[in-house]
Amino acid sequence: MNLKLRVWRQKNAATPGQFVEYHATDLNPNMSFLEMLDVVNEQIAARGEEPIAFDHDCREGICGACSCVINGEPHGPRDKVTTCQTYLRSFRDGDTVTIEPFRANAFPLIKDLVVDRTAFDRIIQAGGYISVGTGHPPDANSLPVPKPLADLAMDAAACIGCGACVAACKNASAMLFVAAKVSHLNLLPQGAPERDVRALAMVDQMDKEGFGGCTVTLSCEAVCPKGISASFIAKMNRDFLRAMLLNP
Amino acid sequence: MKLDARIPSGPVPQKWSACKRDLKLVAPNNKRKFEILVVGTGLAGSSAAATLAELGYRVKAFCLQDSPRRAHSVAAQGGINAAKNYQNDGDSVYRLFYDTIKGGDFRSREANVFRLAEVSVNIIDQCAAQGVPFAREYSGYLTNRSFGGAQVSRTFYARGQTGQQLLLGCYQAMLRQAHLGQVQIFPRTEMLDLVVVNGHAKGIVVRDLLTGKVSSHAGDAVVLATGGYTNVFYLSTSGRGSNVTAIWRAYKRGAAFANPCFTQIHPTCIPVSGDYQSKLTLMSESLRNDGRVWVPKKAGDKRPPAEIPESDRDYYLERLYPAYGNLAPRDISSRAAKRVCDEGRGVGPGGLGVYLDFSEAIRRLGRPVIAERYGNLFEMYEEITAENAYETPMRIYPAPHYAMGGLWVDYHLMSNLPGLFVIGEANFSDHGANRLGASALMQGLADGYFILPYTIGNYLATMKQPRPQPDAAEFRQSEAEVAATVKQLLAIRGRQTVRHYHKELGKILWEHCGMARNATGLQRALQQIPALREEFWHNVSVPGDDADLNQSLEQAGRVADFLELGELMCRDALARNESCGCHFREEFQTADGECQRNDAAFAHAACWEYRGAQQLPARHIEPLTFEEAHLAERSYK
Repeated sequence: MNLKLRVWRQKNAATPGQFVEYHATDLNPNMSFLEMLDVVNEQIAARGEEPIAFDHDCREGICGACSCVINGEPHGPRDKVTTCQTYLRSFRDGDTVTIEPFRANAFPLIKDLVVDRTAFDRIIQAGGYISVGTGHPPDANSLPVPKPLADLAMDAAACIGCGACVAACKNASAMLFVAAKVSHLNLLPQGAPERDVRALAMVDQMDKEGFGGCTVTLSCEAVCPKGISASFIAKMNRDFLRAMLLNP
Repeated sequence: MKLDARIPSGPVPQKWSACKRDLKLVAPNNKRKFEILVVGTGLAGSSAAATLAELGYRVKAFCLQDSPRRAHSVAAQGGINAAKNYQNDGDSVYRLFYDTIKGGDFRSREANVFRLAEVSVNIIDQCAAQGVPFAREYSGYLTNRSFGGAQVSRTFYARGQTGQQLLLGCYQAMLRQAHLGQVQIFPRTEMLDLVVVNGHAKGIVVRDLLTGKVSSHAGDAVVLATGGYTNVFYLSTSGRGSNVTAIWRAYKRGAAFANPCFTQIHPTCIPVSGDYQSKLTLMSESLRNDGRVWVPKKAGDKRPPAEIPESDRDYYLERLYPAYGNLAPRDISSRAAKRVCDEGRGVGPGGLGVYLDFSEAIRRLGRPVIAERYGNLFEMYEEITAENAYETPMRIYPAPHYAMGGLWVDYHLMSNLPGLFVIGEANFSDHGANRLGASALMQGLADGYFILPYTIGNYLATMKQPRPQPDAAEFRQSEAEVAATVKQLLAIRGRQTVRHYHKELGKILWEHCGMARNATGLQRALQQIPALREEFWHNVSVPGDDADLNQSLEQAGRVADFLELGELMCRDALARNESCGCHFREEFQTADGECQRNDAAFAHAACWEYRGAQQLPARHIEPLTFEEAHLAERSYK
């Protein structure tokens, strides 16, 4: 199969970018989307030009590095997959495919399809942890956690930190990302002692980073490759409100 | 080259206590005077950085990725072993120790492995306290599953995302220390040289991947936690960024490289589907708890699996290894798969695949139970192959997965270069010639949380080597060399891409230094690889420049190092005239095709010393002695 690609090319943050067209030919529908970009890049490199820069690593949907907006949708047309798990069988022969970076003020562009997502690390740094040092905590089975609760915490913990939720949101809000971590830790008994300070600190950092507010359009949930539920946002709002009231 | 393993005297089970008793300590108010450089932020690096910072040391952590959370530990699916014996099925520290030694075919260091088994129980407690959402029973207590090479259930897991959850645990612990100002994190930064001053590792030279700036960091000790090198095969289950560069540069500065030919080929990966393929995807070994491996009995049987009756199927693992069945260890399972495919009984395109069939388990347990256990893996399989494994068997084939070899370290996890510590997959110590499933996560966290933080203090307390200034002559010289290499790569402007050379190297190694090796093939590879390397340095094309993000340039430097490593792997495989674990030399096999070890001549770790580009490396040995686990034939029958 053949595709016409319109790819966002931008040398660096200081230089204006533009869409550049490439013809990707003789493709196999079983190729992954990034393998298609590899093939195009080999052709670009063979001409001595600079290949399209894009973030990627594990190529199995877990590291969260890959981050393309494909035809207007973060991670492309399929539900609950990352860019690297998108296969060409999701497209039709002859399609035009537009490829852009995850765009948000809090994710400054670095080059082509690569953006800076260190804001997410700073949000975790503000409180996305349980303050236990390495040492000799009690035996793991001394604190049973009801299975439904543990499963729910795992649902939230599955977030891969890719930032698709931000890229999809018209407000570039990071609420789903922050809510996933707040919920993962606040649901567990181990995380309970810090639940107020965690919610306050992480939301505060999110605001400082320049992410927008949530207007509940749920576009974040729709594009999340791990299917993180927006109900965690409601849970975080509850935790945040409670923390505000108890810690005026 | 002096290789003193510093194994404490006394009985094996008491060695770690003895070591801890004798370690010199650094007083709390002195710890903040020491600066430690940690390179790599996977399980080993992040857990070490967090723990060292908690102790009061100042830590700098470096990673290639845009965030430490993306290190390739994140991709481990199945689980982490620990000798908790929560299942009351006869597990113990001794049994985990023995399984690991035997799994490694008696080519690992006994004292290290015992310590690993001993601290395994602390890891689970630590991670549970951090909020790692391990799988639980309805009672609220932790649950377990089985992995290959063990007859007990000792593997803890978090769905199919155990590596991710454990990594997030230590990443968060590290970021907590960053919040407290104890850790400084340098993402998108690649270590390109180790700096040795007065014989001690005292710093690193790094390149900022966004600006191309080359700079130095001086420290009181350097910790390399940079993972494994199976990407040398081009196609592997590693992340695309995984590479050998950090440990290779340390090797060229004098650190011994041990057992480079011990690379694990994992039996359950999705088969290659085309030439464009960029990586191979692992299907967790945990699937073999319920999946049955088979191929048709007759060569060339092209019927769809559903049309092949039971009587025409060969469940070869159950037939050959009845005691362990489908949970035979990885090296054994991979070789068995290769053998049946070589006989023409492989399935799928090209005949390079075997079936992993869940139909019996679905009949026995029902589809919901299988979905609960492996749902995300089945989904992943379907994303890639467009096949539904609930209805038709998965097709799997072995793929390069893990490097047991790595930099040589002593019992303190310090290399022969004082001040250079190596942890996790980057070192060589714990897995011998074959790693058991769910043991990599265990080792990474054992090293980072519970071993290195003790032993590094002893070095710092006794070294009497002041930290140099990062503008010392050694740093200036190293920076100049790094910058010159970058310039050279950009100046070649040849006709072939970096990937072309990487692929070619991978083909040579897969053919001659993969699942089966022989002297003729290895000798051929030792001709081919230097020739390919020569061509690379004259004909590679690296587009772009050095002043901003240049992924071709990054990859070129890594492939240049792979081209050197590949040769050392073949040299090591050729020198080891025996078969053990994953190192299968066709000349040395038993009548039924199993590994024939030669304990009299090869019960040792082979440690290679770099002696310059013009001279062959020297092979030294660290003899391995077995007091607690007696050398025995490794049988899973």
